[in-house]
Amino acid sequence: MPIIGTLVHGKYLDSVKLMLVSKEMRQQDGVTDAVAIMATPENRDILKATNMLLPEFAKALDTDICIAIKAETEATCSEVMDLVKVWLDKGLPGSDSQDKADFMPRSLDSAVKLMPDANLALVSVAGKYAGTEAKKALDLGLNVMLFSDNVSIQTEKDLKEYAISKDLLLMGPDCGTAIINGVPLAFANAVRRGKIGIVSASGTGLQEVSCVINNLGEGISQAFGTGGRDGKKEIGGLMLLKCLEYLLFDLSTEVIVLISKVPDEEVIAKIWALIKMTEKPVVVNFLRPFELQQLSNVYSGNTLAETAQIACRILTDKNDKNLALKRRESDSIFQNRTLVELPTKESRKYVRGLFSGGTLCYEAQNLYHQKLGNFAYSNAPLESEYKLEDVWKSKEDTIIDMGADEFTVGRPHPMIDYSLRLKKIEEESKDDETAIILLDVVLGFGAHLSPHLELAPILKKVKADTCIIVICAVIGTDADPQNRQEVIRYLSNTGSIVTTTNAEACMLAVRLLQSIRSS
Amino acid sequence: MAFKDIETQPLKVINLGLNSFREDLQKQGVPVVQVDWAPPANVDSAVLENIYKHSEAIKQANQKVIDIIQKGSPVLLGLDIARNVVPGMEDNLILHAGPPITWDRMCGPMKGAVMGALIYEGKAKTEKEAEALAKSGKIKYAPCHEHNAVGPMAGVMSASMPVFIIKNEEFGNYAYCTQNEGLGKVLRYGAYSDEVIERLKWMEQIMYPVLDKAIRSLGKIDLKSLIAQALHMGDEVHNRNRAGTSLLFRQLAPAIMRTSDNAENSAKVLEFINGNDHFFLNLSMPAAKAVLDAARNIPNSSIAVVMARNGTDFGVQLAGTGDEWFTGPALVPDALYFPGYTKEDANPDIGDSAITETAGLGGFAIAAAPAIVQFVGGNAADSIKYTRWMYEITASESQNFQIPALDFRGTPLGIDVIKVIEKNLTPFIDTGVAHKNPGVGQVGAGVVSAPMEPFIKALDGLSKKL
Repeated sequence: MPIIGTLVHGKYLDSVKLMLVSKEMRQQDGVTDAVAIMATPENRDILKATNMLLPEFAKALDTDICIAIKAETEATCSEVMDLVKVWLDKGLPGSDSQDKADFMPRSLDSAVKLMPDANLALVSVAGKYAGTEAKKALDLGLNVMLFSDNVSIQTEKDLKEYAISKDLLLMGPDCGTAIINGVPLAFANAVRRGKIGIVSASGTGLQEVSCVINNLGEGISQAFGTGGRDGKKEIGGLMLLKCLEYLLFDLSTEVIVLISKVPDEEVIAKIWALIKMTEKPVVVNFLRPFELQQLSNVYSGNTLAETAQIACRILTDKNDKNLALKRRESDSIFQNRTLVELPTKESRKYVRGLFSGGTLCYEAQNLYHQKLGNFAYSNAPLESEYKLEDVWKSKEDTIIDMGADEFTVGRPHPMIDYSLRLKKIEEESKDDETAIILLDVVLGFGAHLSPHLELAPILKKVKADTCIIVICAVIGTDADPQNRQEVIRYLSNTGSIVTTTNAEACMLAVRLLQSIRSS
Repeated sequence: MAFKDIETQPLKVINLGLNSFREDLQKQGVPVVQVDWAPPANVDSAVLENIYKHSEAIKQANQKVIDIIQKGSPVLLGLDIARNVVPGMEDNLILHAGPPITWDRMCGPMKGAVMGALIYEGKAKTEKEAEALAKSGKIKYAPCHEHNAVGPMAGVMSASMPVFIIKNEEFGNYAYCTQNEGLGKVLRYGAYSDEVIERLKWMEQIMYPVLDKAIRSLGKIDLKSLIAQALHMGDEVHNRNRAGTSLLFRQLAPAIMRTSDNAENSAKVLEFINGNDHFFLNLSMPAAKAVLDAARNIPNSSIAVVMARNGTDFGVQLAGTGDEWFTGPALVPDALYFPGYTKEDANPDIGDSAITETAGLGGFAIAAAPAIVQFVGGNAADSIKYTRWMYEITASESQNFQIPALDFRGTPLGIDVIKVIEKNLTPFIDTGVAHKNPGVGQVGAGVVSAPMEPFIKALDGLSKKL
């Protein structure tokens, strides 16, 4: 086996560095053994013992470096020798690793030592540990946004009671969205600061409302997320009520938006009691039609978009007490509609809603029910008898939440990873009964940076191959990390109908269904 | 109704979990610290609950332990033959590193060192005789740690060997350690050839009397301040002892000149010390031992007073659990190997030298030793990172030993087993690597993270005593 050696004069490298060089040499392809070592008497013995004491080293001084390389071919020997000379001069590859050396604390308490004036912990570790970590954060005097799910309801209650006793926020668990002091957290959008405060038990509901507010020219003071279970009897609306109370007395907030699935009766009573304490207008959206208490400062929005719109209108005309405003037709914000060609194929008569936002899916089903009377099938239906037997198989009108557990096991959320939705779009397009494909495209922090590039090829193909109508609701603001205008333009160019609110997309779908069925 | 800092202060975030959330915040210019979080080690939740129930008592006990360690004042008084000073030392007893172990479970280098000691003691003439005697049942084995002693690598100590006498002046307890033999073929790496035995004899007959006289003429040598200085000079006093050895040499040289009646012997002894950068290791270790022994038997304390390996098992003792050992298999270090050797040749981690880490030195102080950062990945920032991590699992910071590169912050001190479990982060140890076969010697040097198992058992052991 070929072996070559070189002596390096007048260069000092400590033995550890030389060991590293030796290690690196031995890791090169084709090298069977190699060494770089100072030519001290002891080291010569080592070289001799390993049959690498070459004649070249005979005259070496103690301070010289002996390099010997044994490899499968002569060419490899000399290639590696050239490499070694570079390493001796310039250092080993990969040794310049500033990034790797960045210190990261291993725990919350050390993190607080690094940033003593930290005021919020964003916790997204696995649910079984999340409660303990959230408790530690509260102990350290930090507000907490608990993104993690799978936290028990008892833990949630304990955490919220503890947080309130310390005047701290505990948003969550399973809180995906919040905007605090102007900073969007987790899955939130870049909205301007303003005078509308939001408390929401729904993440995508908060996203939709805050985006519409921003796009109508107004802004957000604070947007608190409470987690979906806060309004339930077990939690008793602890955070919902605290955040509402905060916003009622917050001087920066002039109008409040409250979003939650219909809370427990006692919680609702407490909500009215709180609202009555001030004159501040509160626009309530319980995500289902609900008979609200007749209070002079309570308004209701039928859809998320309308809720945002009412909040903005109140702000622009604070003297407008016209109750008609509250009951404004929810589709009034999209009057300039273009003509839509109905599917030409008779079998195509059903809508297939493929949502990434849970509340957006819920709202779609609600609007469907309100306008058509019956219910759409879903993995998360309004009425349990409309639950899909197989979540992968659509049935008649179907509106599914692809952010639900059954679709996200072992894969990222559909707002981040579009692959499953792309597959589902393709499947639906091959179904002869599909008339409309209804999608939400949620922008903002945390979401996919170029969803249009993911969607465009398949949507173009659907348009080219079928007469299916595709409707996309793009939820976001122009300040989001994505280029919203580009997303809208790109999706429009595929022949899809693009709306900027969920309600508009859903209403359009429902009306088209009506047209299809009446024709 | 108000929430702390909401509306009144700019948001500053600690992100625990998804890294993308940190990136999003950074993009917006929001100050954010990412936590490199790991789930806690896998312990019975009932154990943790019991521990948390007693957290106040544990905290108080730990403070007591830390106070004792901070106050510890180890000084070198001189030398003597082991059988004269080491408690319980007797002719048929061999002390070894790490937790207790029987002959049949000993690793290669430990067996080699035992055989070498038997030859050195004149109990056996050949390798074969030594092996037969070693396993005959006539020889008793016990951990150095159970006899107020420590030993590097195999840590073998027999009755005739000279030992350094270290006293913890604050608390009056003593610790003992043999003299360091240097590198290459040496007993502590399991070598027992003639040259090894000859060197040991020279150390007993020539070096020991010279050193003893010199040290006694000085009265004492303050090891605490010597270690503190060495840390400022690039040692962490475990894998790098060059500064400590040099500082010791400066004190010894004139004293030897004054007290020795044989100039040649004096020169040989000084040459030996000068030629052995690790000479001071056998003083930094018993210094740490003397300091930590004073903190033993403090009920309820979760702080480690011993971490030691015998090449087969890794053992831990806590201040709050008496003499009980908690053990698990020792791991093979991640090392740089001498030419001709690979990880295949390496013995699992061995030696009492982890007593330095237990006292907040060694791997815990590696940020003080930029010259050996190659062992931890090559750049100085890495070594600082490792030391900073160790603050995560310690109860306090040393008031005596500081790290220049961390603006003279005290070294991480007092390994708290509860923090080790909670943060799933075990102590980081600098170490030499022995060949797995007896008689070969050192094959490399590197670092190793302690195994988790002994700490899980230690937590359980503490929980039972609460």
